[in-house]
Amino acid sequence: MMTQIRRKHAGNRIVELFEAYLLNHAHGLFSSLGRLTRTPFTSAMTVLVLAIAVSLASSFYIVVANVEQLTGNLESSNQMSLFLHEGITDAAGQKLMEQLQQNPSVAEVKYISKKQALEEFKANSGFSDALNALERNPLPSVIQVLPRNALEHSEDIEKLMADFKQLPQVEFVQVDMQWVARLQTIMLIASRGVLLVSLLLGFAVTFITGNTIRLELQNRQDEVFISKLVGATHAFIQRPFLYTGFWLGFISGFLGWLIVTVMLLILESPVEKLSTLYNSSFELLFLSFSEFLLLLMISAALAVLGSWAVLHYQLRQLKPQ
Amino acid sequence: MLKFEHVSKRYPDAGEALTDVSFHLQRGEMAFLTGRSGAGKSTLLKLIAMMEQCTRGNIFLDGQNISRISDRKIPYMRRNLGLIFQDYKLLNDRTVFDNVALPLVVSGYNHQEVARRVRASLDKVGLLGKERKHPLALSGGEQQRVGIARAIVNKPKLILADEPTGNLDPDLSAEVMHMFEQFKQVGVTVLVATHDIELINHLEHRVLTLDKGHLVAS
Repeated sequence: MMTQIRRKHAGNRIVELFEAYLLNHAHGLFSSLGRLTRTPFTSAMTVLVLAIAVSLASSFYIVVANVEQLTGNLESSNQMSLFLHEGITDAAGQKLMEQLQQNPSVAEVKYISKKQALEEFKANSGFSDALNALERNPLPSVIQVLPRNALEHSEDIEKLMADFKQLPQVEFVQVDMQWVARLQTIMLIASRGVLLVSLLLGFAVTFITGNTIRLELQNRQDEVFISKLVGATHAFIQRPFLYTGFWLGFISGFLGWLIVTVMLLILESPVEKLSTLYNSSFELLFLSFSEFLLLLMISAALAVLGSWAVLHYQLRQLKPQ
Repeated sequence: MLKFEHVSKRYPDAGEALTDVSFHLQRGEMAFLTGRSGAGKSTLLKLIAMMEQCTRGNIFLDGQNISRISDRKIPYMRRNLGLIFQDYKLLNDRTVFDNVALPLVVSGYNHQEVARRVRASLDKVGLLGKERKHPLALSGGEQQRVGIARAIVNKPKLILADEPTGNLDPDLSAEVMHMFEQFKQVGVTVLVATHDIELINHLEHRVLTLDKGHLVAS
């Protein structure tokens, strides 16, 4: 009977502890926000600095994402264009094409006559009127050659190129998509660079928040001492400070997103204009909803991490006198 | 309840503050701790409050050895203590209620229980009805009573008071001492550090006297 009562009592105490724990978290969440609004100037300064760091990282990210969008649909291939001499007739061109098709290194060939080239150029360039004014067709005939996939190595490509150059009918050879490969490599470097810069900015968010929390801890030293003396655990004492860190990160994440979005909105119409001038259907890419959520989460997590590191170290140092 | 066994405390740069101190306070016993400034009163209190660790010897609080206690256990052990300070150590940006409630909040009591115990505690020190006030709006005597209410709210087994009447006039001091005697009546052990000889002589309790770190009378 007694043990039953005692067990029931212990159970109640656990429920009570849990309720108090949740209440304490809720209190920490809201009181830390209230505390931030009580020193509006200091809080605003900190949040702005953090938001700028967040917006820098995310604007680099979105710029790379936009350029990648632009270059992503250009497939890297080693397609070559063999430009033929002026005097080569269509029949001779066709014959050369058939000859090239026999080459085991060649997967596909396509002959584009002078006339076809001109039609295509007129249709795509927007210079049709100017071209009509020309007395004669300035474009050469072209044979497009797609090498076999086996020819991944650039030496093989170069050897093939050298062979084609030897042909008497060919004026010069161009590997069409070399620039795409180069651009894609540049983009790879750029996105890796963005990653590194974002990492640095992430460190900045962590350290700025950590330092803010350190100052806050110093301002509230008495409270920390007294709490320690009445039996508060470190977890209890650091809770409101961690929530302060969380709010700093969360609000900065939101503000950072806002800054990037406003910047993109400002850029949107000139980009659109440029896109029309290029006959392109390019549309400026904004941060998606899931990227927005991710941004909030990352900046809040980094801020909490910075706060935690400082609290973990400093709370041990702070001993009541 | 509180037992010192050959306790010594040496500070690296200030030498030995306590030397071979032994005494035993029973449950429900009240004692004064006295001695000149620098005799080791503060050091002794700090050892009991687990703010410092002794260099040699053992200290038992309610049967548990606190002289080698781990940092992790200190908060839980401190919940058995009620600490009262000369400068009250109240949080001036919080209400009387919140100040008194702090020990209960850190121990994880629910809202109703906190409210009930805080009111009971404030009632004992005669401050019921001042819950909503801030400490700075109260007199020195009232602030000290808030401090006392905070010390007893968690029903501690041992109350430690460091010069609790240092800033109070004789009438208020007598009132505070009267309160301590009431706590003793209900089985709480009370240790009061003071150099107010008149007060000590007036009340008949055990006196622990320190002189240059040695316990010369108990």
